[in-house]
Amino acid sequence: MALRIDPDHRRFRDIVRGKIKQDLRKYISQGELVGRKGKDMVSIPLPQINVPRFRFGSKDRGGVGQGQGEVGDALGKGEPGEEGAGKAGDQAGEHALEVELSLEELAQILGEELQLPNIEPKGKQRIISQKDRYVGIRRTGPESLRHFRRTFRQALRRQLMTGTYNAEKPIIVPVREDRRYRSWKTSPLPQSNAVMIFIMDVSGSMGDEQKEIVRIESFWIDTWLRSQYKGLESRYIIHDAVAKEVDRDTFFKTRESGGTMISSAYKLCAKMIEADFPPSEWNIYPFHFSDGDNWSVDDTVQCIELLKSQILSKVNLFCYGQVESPYGSGQFIKDLNEHFDEDDNLTVSEIKGKDSIMDSIRDFLGKGK
Amino acid sequence: MTALPPYLHDIQREIEGYARDYGLDFWDVEFEILDYKKMQEVAAFGGFPVRYPHWRFGMEFEHLSKSHIYGFSKIYEMVINNNPAYAYLLEGNSLVDQKMVIAHVLGHCDFFKNNYFFSKTNRRMIDGMANHATRVRRHMERLGIEKVESFIDSCLCIENLIDPMSPFITRRAAERTDKQKQADESAAAEIPRIRAKSYMDKFINPPEYLEEQRRKIEREKEKPVKNPSEPERDVLLFLLQNAPLEGWERDILEIIREEAYYFAPQRQTKVLNEGWAAYWHSKIMTERALKASEIIDYADHNAGVLATAPGQWNPYKVGIELLRHVEERWDKGRFGSEWNDCQNLDERRNWDKRLGLGKKKIFEVRRLYSDVTFIDEFFTTDFCLQHKFFSFSLNERTGNYEIDSREFHKIKHKILFQLTNFGDPFIFVEDSNHENRGELLMRHRHEGTDLQGDHARGTLAALVRVWRRPVNLLTAIDGKPKILRYDGREHTEKSVG
Repeated sequence: MALRIDPDHRRFRDIVRGKIKQDLRKYISQGELVGRKGKDMVSIPLPQINVPRFRFGSKDRGGVGQGQGEVGDALGKGEPGEEGAGKAGDQAGEHALEVELSLEELAQILGEELQLPNIEPKGKQRIISQKDRYVGIRRTGPESLRHFRRTFRQALRRQLMTGTYNAEKPIIVPVREDRRYRSWKTSPLPQSNAVMIFIMDVSGSMGDEQKEIVRIESFWIDTWLRSQYKGLESRYIIHDAVAKEVDRDTFFKTRESGGTMISSAYKLCAKMIEADFPPSEWNIYPFHFSDGDNWSVDDTVQCIELLKSQILSKVNLFCYGQVESPYGSGQFIKDLNEHFDEDDNLTVSEIKGKDSIMDSIRDFLGKGK
Repeated sequence: MTALPPYLHDIQREIEGYARDYGLDFWDVEFEILDYKKMQEVAAFGGFPVRYPHWRFGMEFEHLSKSHIYGFSKIYEMVINNNPAYAYLLEGNSLVDQKMVIAHVLGHCDFFKNNYFFSKTNRRMIDGMANHATRVRRHMERLGIEKVESFIDSCLCIENLIDPMSPFITRRAAERTDKQKQADESAAAEIPRIRAKSYMDKFINPPEYLEEQRRKIEREKEKPVKNPSEPERDVLLFLLQNAPLEGWERDILEIIREEAYYFAPQRQTKVLNEGWAAYWHSKIMTERALKASEIIDYADHNAGVLATAPGQWNPYKVGIELLRHVEERWDKGRFGSEWNDCQNLDERRNWDKRLGLGKKKIFEVRRLYSDVTFIDEFFTTDFCLQHKFFSFSLNERTGNYEIDSREFHKIKHKILFQLTNFGDPFIFVEDSNHENRGELLMRHRHEGTDLQGDHARGTLAALVRVWRRPVNLLTAIDGKPKILRYDGREHTEKSVG
């Protein structure tokens, strides 16, 4: 039912969205959200939105209460009862604001803030088949769709409520408000035509902090792209000296160590594309995160070879994010820059710390390829 | 909204009958049944079905919905001070709850009609609010939502700067009539002489002296008239009369002011009003309306209404207990000098003159008192002890709120402090031409508690928005007098004196 307050409520939500946008960096770099799924609600604590007034400072806060207790007894931390004497009334109480958003909404805000372009689906335009199904009930509709049983049920309910129902003489007369109509929903048949392949370096030189950054960044990329493509596929690869495919949970939680052979991951990635994702039908987005400290020059050469011959021609965009690490040489990004120029569908980004996650996301997705 | 079903309508009539028997006097009450969503909406609107568009109602709504979902709170009753009064019942409440709410609401209605502090309120406010909504909407359509909304925000920052007693008192002498003015002028034209015998006159009032007096009067005349002539507590009124407002801005500010005055009595009489309503629902329910089968549920819910957590001030509870205390005292004749002078504890304990004046007294209290006077007059040592009052404050070392005293004077002082001016600081307009630069000078009457800095700065910014010139606030911080100033760009703080 539409409420009169809805416009005010929407307005308030808009203001809240604005506030979140302002502090987006802070929320984005929080690790806690990682691992949640799109429909999950996220609670975001906001500083109170209230109108300033001339009022007394908090130094003298306290009040009067009733009950047992000796002088000096604690009443509990924080705000007892919140409203002191006389403060109660028609005025809104003060409360820290906890705003709930779904991750999708948050990703939407992220997109607006970073001015990420909405990604155009590529490839042959698939005809999405749509299907109408009668699944719901509405209060309005054509008479031909009137739902007999629901209408009478509604009428019965009303008569019971208003006390006009007579069990002796059970005559139910529906009035206009009781009428219920079947309604349909149009659902497109699910189709997925994009895949993200996340590759993370989990070798020993990647410290916990680096891994955390990778997780947060890939999490937001994942969330953003999901909001762009319906039925998005994603695959996860972790590698040290050998690469293996893992599931989403493992990807976001795993801690391993060992040497680094980037080529192993690229090989696996190429194989994956070969086997499952024919590029004529799929938008393919591999994301590779590493500290750029590859095992040997030979391996780097092999990587570049792989990229040139097998990967870049098939993917929409290959993203390489290099996390700054105190141990690694950070050589790999330089090698990539040397061999590829701006025209290629390869984007590199250096991630200096949590704060630059946003910028890095923009580097990757800003192109809208 | 659904009108009352027949069985509830009958109950309403029944309970109204009981209430009238007890001497309650109220206007017609229109009850409506709302589902919980609608109830939250109306509650967010301050009890009204329609308010002007503003996000803060949306915020309140969000908060109420959340509290409802998490089970923190449930809105039981809501009633509007209006003739006829409007009140709401929550759909799906049990019958005994509805009975209790109806009885409670009748208490409020009687209070609205008869309490002196409500006597000047607009009894057609339900239409008033709808009109306000239309006016604001019209401005928004013409000027855009953002623009109007942000001005409303500014006005809301200062909506508490009113003079709640002004409807009852004439603060200033009426404008002097022309005749009086003429008389004043002719009197002023005469240069005052010191009284002297005629032969002494030219020594006592020599020409130089007279010349000096004449010049003094002239200087006095030339001096610009200070505006306001007396410090003005109704800041909103002052701004309406003196700020360079555009038509629509004046309209908005008028609306905010009108609503602030409408709600003021409800804030002035929270304890008494709730106490009165609780007193009557309890009396009507227990003596007349309850069926035997309903007693347990009633007792349970009533206990919920009157519950206090430590550190919580429940106006329902304090109000009803104090009213009962007053009733008992006047029933037993525990008042007057004889009672006050009696030091014998045993005698006091058994004091009963069987005067039976209690009921008369509480009706008098409901007619004439506000929270401040109610507490001031009837919150006695006996009551304080009997009902285990304490005062608490923040212990900064532990970060806990702790009971800091059970001393009667401290407790009473604290209650009165928090009730006086709704626990808000007193702010006056001092001068509209501060330092001869058209700046506004406000003064905070410092009574020992500093203002909250960030809020004060925010409010100054709102004042600048309305006044369009820099605004100064004279206050004190840590015991030193300061002037806070905002000129539209930056906040400054200056020591004075």
